[in-house]
Amino acid sequence: MDFGFKLSPSSAVNLDTVDHRRFDRLAQLVPDALTCIGCGSCSATCTASAWTGMSVRKVLLGLQRGQDAEVDKMLSGCMLCGKCTMVCPRGINTRQLILTLCRLDKKGEMVR
Amino acid sequence: MVNRQPIIAVIGAGIAGLEAASQLAALGYKPVLIEKAPVVGGHVAEWNRLFPDMTPAEDVLQPLLAGTAKVRTLLNTEISAINRLKDEYNLILSDGSSLLCQAVLFATGFHLFDASKKEEYGYGIYDRVITNRDLEQWFNSRQDARIDKPRAVGFVHCVGSRDLKAGNPQCSKVCCITAIKQAIEMKEEFPDAEIYCFYMDLRLFGKKYEDFYIRAQRDYGIHFIRGRISEVGEAIDNRVVVKAEDTLSGKPVKVTLDLLVLMAGIVCNPDAQQYAREIGVAVDEDGFLKSRNNLAAITDSSRPGVFFAGACTGAKTVPETLAEARSAALAIHNYFNSRG
Ligand SMILES: Cc1cc2nc3c(=O)[nH]c(=O)nc-3n(C[C@H](O)[C@H](O)[C@H](O)COP(=O)(O)OP(=O)(O)OC[C@H]3O[C@@H](n4cnc5c(N)ncnc54)[C@H](O)[C@@H]3O)c2cc1C
Ligand code: SF4
Ligand code: SF4
Ligand code: SF4
Repeated sequence: MDFGFKLSPSSAVNLDTVDHRRFDRLAQLVPDALTCIGCGSCSATCTASAWTGMSVRKVLLGLQRGQDAEVDKMLSGCMLCGKCTMVCPRGINTRQLILTLCRLDKKGEMVR
Repeated sequence: MVNRQPIIAVIGAGIAGLEAASQLAALGYKPVLIEKAPVVGGHVAEWNRLFPDMTPAEDVLQPLLAGTAKVRTLLNTEISAINRLKDEYNLILSDGSSLLCQAVLFATGFHLFDASKKEEYGYGIYDRVITNRDLEQWFNSRQDARIDKPRAVGFVHCVGSRDLKAGNPQCSKVCCITAIKQAIEMKEEFPDAEIYCFYMDLRLFGKKYEDFYIRAQRDYGIHFIRGRISEVGEAIDNRVVVKAEDTLSGKPVKVTLDLLVLMAGIVCNPDAQQYAREIGVAVDEDGFLKSRNNLAAITDSSRPGVFFAGACTGAKTVPETLAEARSAALAIHNYFNSRG
């Protein structure tokens, strides 16, 4: 039935129920993933960012906020050029981080 | 030979007062420590381990106690009135006696912000909401029914600091690093707990502080969420539900916690303001005592013969307080030398 309006799902993130298995596994394999300070240097330097929305910062945050679909969409826009690794002030090997992440499924299992 | 017998009233026997008195005594003066509390040591005596090296607070206090063992120390003593004479100050003490001195050193420290004033955080209302001071006391005593094997712990930065509505626009400076220290200590104590820090900015200015932060992230997996908790509610099982905006993702977040620790800030001590007024010493807009010059003469007041050391002029760390106390002792020494 059409009521003439629809309810939008809440955009609130409930940290009690967020599944962070994929992030936890990533943090085991690339511990530096934990040290991101959200400075945005990676996204600012990324050539793909403007066209595909790729952002290492948002990927890391999205993984901890249960936004898997958005994360995978962003990852698919990365061309692995490695520019982001050159600028990260925390020295995170972001390119390796992206590659590692692409091999993990939602549950954090190594599938590739 | 300079006259080294002048009496110096040191008001407050926290680490600032103790260090200054010990240096003044070593220089040959007669400091008198006036302490309101039944014990010396001030706030540091309430803490357990100190950032950035996790030094036991005891280790800082012991040498100060040794250095002041021979200094006349009046405990449980307040000042009822203080009068300025020509070159001297006369203090009427709470026991009715009076003390005539040739210089006064304020080492009256700070007050911890009363967290129950921020009602939205529920301190004094919800059982599982405690303060940074309560947590230090738990580290010392291990006795607090509110801390019972928590599985989720949150820390709220800037409670009563950087808050115009609370009357304190200033940053308390030590609470970001204290939150990180306490978060690490809680994770060590309860390794399975998820620990969240809700911050507005992280201000980690001091030597080794950033290293501490990186360790909290990488080695302890503390979650840092940029956003100020807007409200705290109690769930049916006594746990607390907190809401904030994760400003980095622009989304509201909600989490249920077994313990919420409020990082109460450093605010001025109203006693110091009152004494200052009685002898015409300037008080700053933030309520702390006002130095003659914030760059070059931080230990000088607006009046000759009256000096400051430590947190009575604003938030200070332990090394800053101790350095200032030594500097104040030297300023007092120079003051008497210049008068011949
Ligand atoms: C939660 C917390 C944790 C901290 N942890 C650390 C840390 O780990 N490392 C670090 O470097 N710094 C730390 N600090 C900062 C540290 O506590 C201060 O640097 C230090 O206490 C300043 O010493 P003070 O002597 O100036 O003041 P205080 O410690 O406040 O001492 C003032 C003294 O004056 C007395 N007094 C006050 N009014 C009167 C009066 N009217 N008459 C007589 N006596 C009076 C008081 O009773 C007290 O003994 C922390 C601060 C907080 C809030
Ligand atoms: S590696 Fe990917 S995310 Fe990094 S700069 Fe290149 S395209 Fe952007
Ligand atoms: S550059 Fe590094 S620290 Fe900055 S947001 Fe990107 S990954 Fe995080
Ligand atoms: S030190 Fe940190 S927690 Fe304390 S008032 Fe400043 S910004 Fe807030």
